[in-house]
Amino acid sequence: MNDVWQWDYAFEVLPGIVGGGLWMTIKVTVLASILAYVIGLGLALLRRSDLRIVSMVAWAVIEFIRSTPLLVQLFFAFYVLPDIGLLFDPVTTGVVVFGLHYATYAAEVYRAGIEAVPRGQWEAATALSLPRSRTWTKVILPQAIPRVLPALGNYTISMLKETPLLLTIGVLDIVGVAAEEGSQAFRYVEPITIAGVLFLILSYSASLLTRWMERRVGIAR
Amino acid sequence: MFENVPEYISTAADGLWITVGATVAGIAIAAVLSFVFGLAMLSRLKTVRVIARIYVEIWRGTSEVVQLYWVMFALPILLGYRLVPLLVGILVLGLNFGAYGAEIVRGAVQSVPRAQYEGTIALSMTPAQRMRRVILPQALVEMVPPFNNLFIQLLKGSALLTIIGVSELTHQGKEVLIPRNVSEAATIWTVILLFYLLLAILITMGMRWLERRAAALVGRQPTKRDSVFARFGGGKDPLPAEQSKGGLADLRRKGGE
Repeated sequence: MNDVWQWDYAFEVLPGIVGGGLWMTIKVTVLASILAYVIGLGLALLRRSDLRIVSMVAWAVIEFIRSTPLLVQLFFAFYVLPDIGLLFDPVTTGVVVFGLHYATYAAEVYRAGIEAVPRGQWEAATALSLPRSRTWTKVILPQAIPRVLPALGNYTISMLKETPLLLTIGVLDIVGVAAEEGSQAFRYVEPITIAGVLFLILSYSASLLTRWMERRVGIAR
Repeated sequence: MFENVPEYISTAADGLWITVGATVAGIAIAAVLSFVFGLAMLSRLKTVRVIARIYVEIWRGTSEVVQLYWVMFALPILLGYRLVPLLVGILVLGLNFGAYGAEIVRGAVQSVPRAQYEGTIALSMTPAQRMRRVILPQALVEMVPPFNNLFIQLLKGSALLTIIGVSELTHQGKEVLIPRNVSEAATIWTVILLFYLLLAILITMGMRWLERRAAALVGRQPTKRDSVFARFGGGKDPLPAEQSKGGLADLRRKGGE
């Protein structure tokens, strides 16, 4: 019983961690990423608003959310949302908080991408007297977004690594399930190591995907 | 609603010092590891490079929570003795963010123009002299802004120490204040969020100072940024078309409206 590593026990906990935890990790990461990319674009556009008050508010929201811990924001939502009548289940709360937090990072990424579009493109759109909305949807964003995809991908990878925070509001991801298994058997070495290896595999394959995207974007340019 | 705020602030402040301590100690360890492994990744010896790469990939590739659990609960079984939670937290913060920092150092050193390096060879400096007197001082200026971001990430990462039972700022909220007054959760968490914001601003101010010093050291002007928040440039950015005074921007305003 005192062996440092027990294979029997490792194989016993593996199905639970992969079946329950891995699925939850992937589900939350994908849903929250989509939310973050959509809201992030909205925030980036609001920051560029001609109305100073709108851009200032967007800026303040972005900086506040970016400078404070995701965990505390998660607690905030978990305790405060029910008080104002929004009864989300913990998974939804998690997706919303993760989505909003990462939307502020995404907003900065979009901003850099939009600024990288050459000035001549704006001037050409003006010369063709394209309306504002067409300038954005047909000229600026189609050039800005492909370039920022790799950077957005990197944020999805860091989001993936932060999903274990959800265990604090009762959503069990890879680490949540592993810790649960560990506390039942009083043996943490195997489940936590398995969780670590799973994260290594996930984040490494995700980073390969991002690198591939970077190359594709490089060719497209 | 606000009459209890002073009490919340004083109770949260008990945890604030632990957060500050863990963050400062974590930053110190992370900074040292960043330089050690960042330079090791540029070593001429393949073994050194491989070892540094393995460290970086493992500590960057796994989640901070996994690392906390692993050092807290799994390592004692292998070692035979347990570390105090606060120490575990500081070690994990240092090791985790040191791995990210190593990439910053590597990138900054590689961004120093090649001619600078060739110049040091022409002056027949020793490898140590090249690094210390020519390459690192210039790389340092490039490093400061990304390190600013990293240290704020580390500050935010210190909230996770709650999970292993360190009584820092977040822990004070979750385990002390919330159980007492759950109906005022919004106020309590706002107080705590503002504390973190304050600490983040302090880190940025410190790094601004460091950037000015580092830039002055190599005789450069630091890049201008208009506020302590603006970590990526910041402020409101005028539309590119509006920057060209008297050009197409005016034409558009007259013609379009």
